[in-house]
Amino acid sequence: MHATFAFLGELGDAIHFIFVKQTSRGGAEVGGTQLLPLLREHVLITVVAVAAASAIALPLGTWLGHTGRGSFLVISVTNAGRAVPSIGVVFLFFAALGAGFFNITLALVLLAIPPILLNAYTGVRGVDPDTVDAARGMGLTGTQILSRVELPLALPLIFGGVKTSTVNVLATATLGPAAGVVTLGDPIINPSSYGDAGRLGAAIVVAVLAVGAEVGLSAVQRALTPEGIKLAEAAPRQRGLRLAVPKRRIASAS
Amino acid sequence: MTLDPTLVLAQSEGGFFRNRSSGVDKCVESNGFCPSWIVHHLDRYTTPFEQHLVLVVVSVGLGFLVAFALALLAHRRRWLVAPVTQITGILYTIPSLAAFFILLPITGRGRTTAIIALTAYTLLILFRNIVDGLDGVPAEARDAGRGMGLTERQLLWRVELPLALPAIMAGLRIAATTTVGLAALAFYAGAGGLGEPMEADKAFDSNVVAAGGLCVVMAVALDGLLLLTQRLLTPWTRARAA
Repeated sequence: MHATFAFLGELGDAIHFIFVKQTSRGGAEVGGTQLLPLLREHVLITVVAVAAASAIALPLGTWLGHTGRGSFLVISVTNAGRAVPSIGVVFLFFAALGAGFFNITLALVLLAIPPILLNAYTGVRGVDPDTVDAARGMGLTGTQILSRVELPLALPLIFGGVKTSTVNVLATATLGPAAGVVTLGDPIINPSSYGDAGRLGAAIVVAVLAVGAEVGLSAVQRALTPEGIKLAEAAPRQRGLRLAVPKRRIASAS
Repeated sequence: MTLDPTLVLAQSEGGFFRNRSSGVDKCVESNGFCPSWIVHHLDRYTTPFEQHLVLVVVSVGLGFLVAFALALLAHRRRWLVAPVTQITGILYTIPSLAAFFILLPITGRGRTTAIIALTAYTLLILFRNIVDGLDGVPAEARDAGRGMGLTERQLLWRVELPLALPAIMAGLRIAATTTVGLAALAFYAGAGGLGEPMEADKAFDSNVVAAGGLCVVMAVALDGLLLLTQRLLTPWTRARAA
């Protein structure tokens, strides 16, 4: 049965677990297609958490970045998000609210907010003030400046925050089974019912999932980047950037 | 209500007792948040705290050495920046929990596995900050150094690295705080740390808050320490701000 991957040893058993349904020591069906419900739960909780976090953090971050207020709030939230261990947040929600999909989703939403908020804020805040002035000079209102100038220019960075959060939440969702949500972390956290091969197999699937999400979302991010920014980035990077910028501007104005 | 005997007797792998040793306290019985319990039982977090601190310091230290060497290399040979960023980027993306178990068949259970995974995780942050810091050195400062007759090596150590120090230290601060959070997962690799007591009695608010709180304290303390080091190492930035 293990002939295909036997030469790989433990890794072979793990790969076998990923692709072939088998009976565990406890007599349950594990591995192969039995992993699909776990994968579904894992992706579902990630998507729900990141969507909810985006619904909160994107409007707040862009608005704060547009008005230039609240940098203290954004920095505090970011620092707190970095210092508080994700496992602590998951277990705290588990201890306070009990097990369940909704409770753990709430914990993941909290973990997903800081990167999205920070990137939305810095993205909009970082738009060249000259560009905003030009838009204002053309008679655009505040809302128009935000929607037609600042948001398109900040889009790559804003999406970068969503990407970071997605990868973080995918990683943290692995802890789900410790709090009653059966994600791909189940074979990792409860190896007694899956065996060592199941644990290694699930770890590989989680790793591939995270790297895949990163690569896929990076492609989306590149597609979202306005042509103008791509051109500017493709230009050879020059030391003394400050000198280079006005030169280019003069060239394009004449 | 008497305490569930399994709760009293159960001992997690690393030796952290679930026994809360105060069966009469209503707050403790109801799994609540009890400051007095935390104060009286802080000593049981001492060993996990020390293990956690060692994991963080060793991982960030090793990560810095590797990232520093890679960054110096990439500073001389520019084409290396992209591939190194991509490879460390993949290492950064792999969830540390998965990394522990992928390493398990190779390095076995224990501290080594945890340290390898945590070190790998710091590389991207540190490498990018060191390279960005070196790139940010004003061309005039470099020219001035060359004009004074400095060799490339002297230029690096006396001009470029000191000027890049704020960016490098910023990278170290981010790496240290994130590693504190990730090291809370190291007990899954059998390396102890504050995650172990947290998981051992995760239905108990006070326990989770105490262990999580100690992680935050450690992160804030390390961050402050690094900030202080930066201030001491770059006295000229203070003079400019004044």
